[in-house]
Amino acid sequence: MAEFFKLFSYLFIWRALIVGFFTSLCAGLLGVNLVLKRYSMIGDGLSHVGFGILSIAVAIGIPPLQTAIPIILLVAFLLLRIRENSKTKGDAAIALISVSALAIGIVSFSLTSGLNSNMSAYMFGSIYTLTNSDLVITVIVACVIIILYILFYVKNFAIAFDQSFAQAAGTKVNVFNLATALMTALIIVVGMRMMGAMLISGLIIFPPLSAIRIFKSYKSVVIASGIISVICFFIGTFASFILSTPTGASVIITNLIAFSTLSLVSLLKTSLLRKARRGV
Amino acid sequence: MLLEVKDVSACYDGKEVVSGVNFTLDAGDYLCIVGENGSGKSTLLKIILGLMRHYTGHVHFPMNRKLRVGYLPQQTQVSKDFPASVFETVLSGCVNRRPKLLFYNKSDKALADENLKKLGIFDLKRKAYNELSFGQQRRVLIARALCATDELLVLDEPVNGLDPMTTRELYKLISELNTSGMTIIMISHDIENSVSYANKILHMSTFSAFFGLTEKYIETEYYLSNTRSMRSDIINNG
Ligand SMILES: Nc1ncnc2c1ncn2[C@@H]1O[C@H](COP(=O)(O)OP(=O)(O)OP(=O)(O)O)[C@@H](O)[C@H]1O
Ligand SMILES: [Mg+2]
Repeated sequence: MAEFFKLFSYLFIWRALIVGFFTSLCAGLLGVNLVLKRYSMIGDGLSHVGFGILSIAVAIGIPPLQTAIPIILLVAFLLLRIRENSKTKGDAAIALISVSALAIGIVSFSLTSGLNSNMSAYMFGSIYTLTNSDLVITVIVACVIIILYILFYVKNFAIAFDQSFAQAAGTKVNVFNLATALMTALIIVVGMRMMGAMLISGLIIFPPLSAIRIFKSYKSVVIASGIISVICFFIGTFASFILSTPTGASVIITNLIAFSTLSLVSLLKTSLLRKARRGV
Repeated sequence: MLLEVKDVSACYDGKEVVSGVNFTLDAGDYLCIVGENGSGKSTLLKIILGLMRHYTGHVHFPMNRKLRVGYLPQQTQVSKDFPASVFETVLSGCVNRRPKLLFYNKSDKALADENLKKLGIFDLKRKAYNELSFGQQRRVLIARALCATDELLVLDEPVNGLDPMTTRELYKLISELNTSGMTIIMISHDIENSVSYANKILHMSTFSAFFGLTEKYIETEYYLSNTRSMRSDIINNG
């Protein structure tokens, strides 16, 4: 235990906790509309493309995050267009882009530095590689996202619930859809170093799904999703310190446990209600 | 003039589903669009509302400003587990009441309450939308459309799924709104009520279309053949 608390005297632990807090909060919020609009594939695709871009940036030796951000924004725009123009083929196209980017990333790693621990840090995440500039960028990006998210809240609900209605009422649906995709892309690249390219999309998809199990209004789902995401992050991270397991994977497993527990709770609740009603 | 539709045609996969529709609406008009299944009524509404881009012809709002439209779609793709309370749904009708304002204020919430009461679903306010019956959900969506506008209401089969009592009340409500200045476009299969409430009728059919005042419509073959077949049904069934 003493060893556990000694960890908090290290600067990199605090850096990881702050980055993780902001990433998981934003991911939990943005995930709600992504899941409800059945855009989960876009989150997955973006994280793999982000991995491809980062690995190429590392290979040529340019600053990874600063390079990745503008490119991933462009990719987010493209993926959204693909998804909206053709529903079934769009899904397949996104999957293709996603595995291609992954393959390019792996090859470019193996050509330059060999398939070493550096690559596994990108794929599965590592809290040791975070730098101070990562921290600054994450906090700035996260604050912008949180502010925009609050400002867009009303429109986001209307669009997620019924896009045709929102558009007929005069909402610029495309602008808001794009904004959500761009914000998701941003949080994916900044969170990827820590959570891992293979795992970051779980951070976006799990918390809203867990929240939907037990909450029935949009507002409560949004709030719960943010809170569940942050709590699971801290539990998962501390567990990873104690068990010395990889942080990203531990956070996802915590999310899985939360999701299963909440599913069970909601199942029990409905069956109990049914029984109670029959009793009367 | 509020709306001008000129030679509007549209195709789905190369098959023409709306062909050369022409009509004009003035502010305060009550237009009913009638016609058989698949004659392109819902498609025409989507074109008018700007939800469908691939069409030919002109849809023109001469007053040259964006109207706020309250739209009731024929179907919504709301997924079965979408978390939304009835109140959130109705309130979302106010989404563009004041585009500059980012949050709903007191008057928006009061308006939502008022429309919940008008549709007789105020007691469902705190319920989850996806736990309601079909008819209840339709009422929620009508209340939402009412929140969205005081200029133009576009309703795609509003009485579909409603019980007779609610249907009657809805017709009364819409007609009251119309008298107080709201323009109405409604798709309906209920020809009798359409001709008794609307002042203009657009009859769409796969080959031809009629547009004109209701007085003229009830003299056309479209209307007469329909009522004739209804009468013979009544006679045949005793
Ligand atoms: N998404 C679509 N893809 C392909 N064809 C479509 C699509 N939507 C409608 N159609 C076709 O367009 C035609 C007109 O459809 P529309 O929904 O406008 O009819 P409608 O007059 O509203 O019918 P109803 O009375 O059944 O509501 C139909 O023949 C239909 O097959
Ligand atoms: Mg229709």
